[in-house]
Amino acid sequence: MELVAKARAGNRRALARLITLVEAGDAQAQTALAALYPYTGHAHIVGVTGAPGTGKSTLVTQLALHWRSLGRTVAVLAVDPTSPFSGGAILGDRIRMQSLGGDSGCYIRSMASRGSLGGLSRATGDAVKVLDAAGFDIVIVETVGAGQAEVEIAREAHSVVVVEVPGMGDDIQAIKAGILEIADVFVVNKADREGVERTVRQLQMMLHLGSGEHRDGWEPPIVQTVSNTGKNIAEAAAAVERHFEHLKNNNLLELRERERIEREWKMIMRESLLRQLLQRLEPQQYEQLLNQMAERQLDPYAAAKQAIETVLELS
Amino acid sequence: MERPIRVLVAKPGLDGHDRGAKVIARALRDAGMEVIYTGLQQTPQMIVEAALQEDVDCIGLSILSGAHMTLLPKITTMLRENDGADILVVAGGIISDEDALTLRNEHGIAGIFGPGSSTHAIIDFIREHVQRSSVEG
Repeated sequence: MELVAKARAGNRRALARLITLVEAGDAQAQTALAALYPYTGHAHIVGVTGAPGTGKSTLVTQLALHWRSLGRTVAVLAVDPTSPFSGGAILGDRIRMQSLGGDSGCYIRSMASRGSLGGLSRATGDAVKVLDAAGFDIVIVETVGAGQAEVEIAREAHSVVVVEVPGMGDDIQAIKAGILEIADVFVVNKADREGVERTVRQLQMMLHLGSGEHRDGWEPPIVQTVSNTGKNIAEAAAAVERHFEHLKNNNLLELRERERIEREWKMIMRESLLRQLLQRLEPQQYEQLLNQMAERQLDPYAAAKQAIETVLELS
Repeated sequence: MERPIRVLVAKPGLDGHDRGAKVIARALRDAGMEVIYTGLQQTPQMIVEAALQEDVDCIGLSILSGAHMTLLPKITTMLRENDGADILVVAGGIISDEDALTLRNEHGIAGIFGPGSSTHAIIDFIREHVQRSSVEG
């Protein structure tokens, strides 16, 4: 596919087009992904997540500048939410990323979540593949402002940075399940504010309250940063790199990749099967089953069983 | 599924009045478009780079500083030079009728919307004029 060759040769317009294409998710997208796939698997994929207003975009900018200064190429995918009512979105992460402009070794792309609820969009994983195949050393994925349960990023990224700020919630927040569990590196941003020691202490407590066994044998470091001024950005970047080395040195990277690929494969099969099933179901029967459920004559499990059995008998 | 129209909303030049741009961004969002908002004090280079990276269908420029005859043609020229001539460019702000005519006829600014323009008119104009180029193009 010509676009793929162009994008790999450094043509930014072709790269941008490819991302639009995989975002659309149609048959063309599949052709493009097939052409890209052999070139993927080289980039370090770094996720950055945290509540709205914790300074994710500024941190991402500083990390990207840092890595650029070391000569590494960086792509940023910044996800913002889609309106559940209009389907539109305001994608505003670029506002904080102005200092990354005018650099051919850096590419920024905003994505709308388009109805996905896990903090990413459905096509984020495919967009990452495009950037990986285009040869970027590091791909940073910034999630939508996350609450407690937007943990999808842990499945897409090699290293996840969870951004906290002083003064959010008590110590019970810190032992709840969810977003704090997926951190490979904690960044306590806005560390020039009051209450930073307390936040760090709560995170330490959470880390040491467990069984003592950390996931993957890695204890997430806690780095205090002030993204506005660039304070401790090098330390945060180094922590992320150390995590990646840890994965590589312990054969965990391969394992994570295999798990990710398996999950992706199953998801694609699930969606494809559903599509084919719905195509083969007679419209009248579809309506009839729907009506029976609405009138409480049939429960959804029984209706699903009937639909599947009808289609399997026909085929 | 039809993909949403992507629009870059930017303020070129040095004036700091971004209320109009924000109202437009919000209206486009509510019309189902994906709006990339880049904020104040954008140079033509920054705007063109962002538009190309984001693969937008349309650029909406808000300018109230009076520098439109310098900045807007620079943007459309740079777009042409960088293989982005297919991107629809519209502008809003304080632009005289005479300047508007020149910008439209000579500099590739497709639509110009002065004070009092309804957001509906802008939304309709964008929907009608974006080239939903096949992605291959």
